[in-house]
Amino acid sequence: MQIVQQILFVLLAAAAVFLFARKVREIRRNIKLGKDAGINDNPSARWRNVLLLAFGQKKMFKRMTPAILHFFVYAGFVIINIEILEIILDGIFGTHRLFAPYLGGLYNILIGCFEILAALVLVSCAIFLVRRNILKLKRLNQGELNGWPKTDANAILITEIVLMALLLTMNAADYNLQQMNVHHYYNTGGPFWVSGLIAPLLSGMGEGGLVALERTCWWLHIAGIFAFLNYLPYSKHLHIVLAFPNAYYAKLVPQGKMDNMKDIQNEVLYMMEPDKAPTDAAAAEPHRFGAKDVNDLSWKNLMDAYSCTECGRCTAVCPANITGKKLSPRKIMMDTRDRMEEMGRNIDQNKEFVDDGKSLLHDYISTEELRACTTCNACVEACPVSIDPLSIILQLRRNLVMEESNAPQEWNMMFGNIENNMAPWKFSPDDRDKWAQELAEA
Amino acid sequence: MHIKTMAEFMAEGIQPEVLFWVGCAGSFDQRAQRITKAFAQILDKVGVSFAILGKEEMCTGDPARRSGNEFLFQMMAYNNIQLLNGYGIKKIVTACPHCFNIFKNEYPALGGEYEVIHHTTFINQLIADGKIIMKEGGAFKGKKITYHDSCYLGRANNIYEAPRAVLEAMDVELIEMKRCKTNGLCCGAGGAQMFKEDEPGNKRINIERTEEALATGATVIAANCPFCTTMLMDGVKNKEQEEHVQVLDIAEMVARSL
Repeated sequence: MQIVQQILFVLLAAAAVFLFARKVREIRRNIKLGKDAGINDNPSARWRNVLLLAFGQKKMFKRMTPAILHFFVYAGFVIINIEILEIILDGIFGTHRLFAPYLGGLYNILIGCFEILAALVLVSCAIFLVRRNILKLKRLNQGELNGWPKTDANAILITEIVLMALLLTMNAADYNLQQMNVHHYYNTGGPFWVSGLIAPLLSGMGEGGLVALERTCWWLHIAGIFAFLNYLPYSKHLHIVLAFPNAYYAKLVPQGKMDNMKDIQNEVLYMMEPDKAPTDAAAAEPHRFGAKDVNDLSWKNLMDAYSCTECGRCTAVCPANITGKKLSPRKIMMDTRDRMEEMGRNIDQNKEFVDDGKSLLHDYISTEELRACTTCNACVEACPVSIDPLSIILQLRRNLVMEESNAPQEWNMMFGNIENNMAPWKFSPDDRDKWAQELAEA
Repeated sequence: MHIKTMAEFMAEGIQPEVLFWVGCAGSFDQRAQRITKAFAQILDKVGVSFAILGKEEMCTGDPARRSGNEFLFQMMAYNNIQLLNGYGIKKIVTACPHCFNIFKNEYPALGGEYEVIHHTTFINQLIADGKIIMKEGGAFKGKKITYHDSCYLGRANNIYEAPRAVLEAMDVELIEMKRCKTNGLCCGAGGAQMFKEDEPGNKRINIERTEEALATGATVIAANCPFCTTMLMDGVKNKEQEEHVQVLDIAEMVARSL
């Protein structure tokens, strides 16, 4: 009987890892649809960001309540994984609480700590559900979340609650079995800290019932974890993995710095100083100005999109969104991911991307949204996982203006004024120092 | 008071200590001209050797670049860098955070490398060096003042303390808005919004920000950017508070406190 469980477990684990790895390759391919961004300078500053922003969750602490709750869930997730290691080894070798004999008294303390974390995760997730569905926090209930994103969020929270409840129930049943000196259930010495409180409720169940309960919880818990692992790549919850590389590749230069367009810089240079222009025609190959679709963006922009957990801190601080405009930085990221995945499916079907007549610009993100941005960087500053929605907005704007000549009339006038009068308003350049003359006369 | 241009300095064969980059708003906008004059008066009074470019100055290209017109930006940048490098400019001070940001962060990649200082930082240094001495019981002593962080000085370049230090030097009672420093709310002008109508929505951004500023009970809203100043003044007028609340650039406040 034991060997059957072992074989089943190994098959399940192998399938979970295989499917997950396949999906990871797909995500990697999709991210690499983006252009090279050449981000590899200053590794020490980058590791510092990983420590502060990803491990330390520095930016989360701008909002205390969710920060503390989220920290419980995060710490619980990371630390309880140590126990998952034991569960996996038990599954493979058919053992039970493999580490217990080696760790002695420490084992109960460790499991006790895990249980406290599990309880904190459970409570935190319950509070998160309340904030989402009963208190209806604005940023967690805005239009772009209707449908799948809301379901996704709730599914994650409910899954975590169920997994933690299974873990605690399993331990409670286990303790009762230990008390009964049932073979295979190693006596770890004393009740666990949290499940010890519910253990007495199960004491009347009898050996058979308890073994069934313990086994069911053990299997559902580990199967749930494997399922969750494979759900991750389809979900906004992928941030638990990508927050780390995303912090590493975060922008290190001042937020106000916009990327230069070297090709246009050169074009202007060759226009002004024709002797510097290269003579070979190859240098003049046609290129796209700005971004029209996801493959015009950088791979960092695309990794940003996969890292987004749709928390809406960006949108909550966006001056355009606050004042009722259509722009939502979160939607920019969600659209980018949706379009990237659509492009990925297209490649899966056709071996290579076949034009589907769609693009990120217009089919997903409208001009009205793009034009509402004040480039204030509030969204960039607010993001706990170093996402830069502004970078995408500005690249799409470049395409709108330079390839489509699609600018509001007032902007076209402003361009004309800059070109002709060297100022965005229609003033004569001769009047530029009028204030100085006035000062001289005063 | 005569303000010399770079051309005049060049003719005399001397280099000024610093170039005062006035910017388009500071040059042409009537409200912003008052900021320009105030800052020029401070420099003059303190005895800083400074020049302006006068009629030769051109738009840095910031609104063009932010709205997506990279061609126009590159044209402006090329011409400005030719001009600045031709004069051998090393140090620039400007009263506009947009000009500041683009010189400091974006011109170097194009061959324009200068030491760039925003006027609030410059004033703060002059105070620290003992060159600016505020008069006893100055115009703003003990007054309730709130300070609006511009996006391009604040988040874009992480300058939050220098302007506040200048306000402190004037002994004001600084009352922060809820959204300040890294969380500061935009006035609504950035990203070339200054030059177009708002997109459809239910409120103007400057009204949202002005309401927050007015809620502090401050009698002066201090700013560091000509565009923010315009936006907030429009907001104050819209709320019919212009009799009670002034919107002033920090340079104007300092000029009145000398």
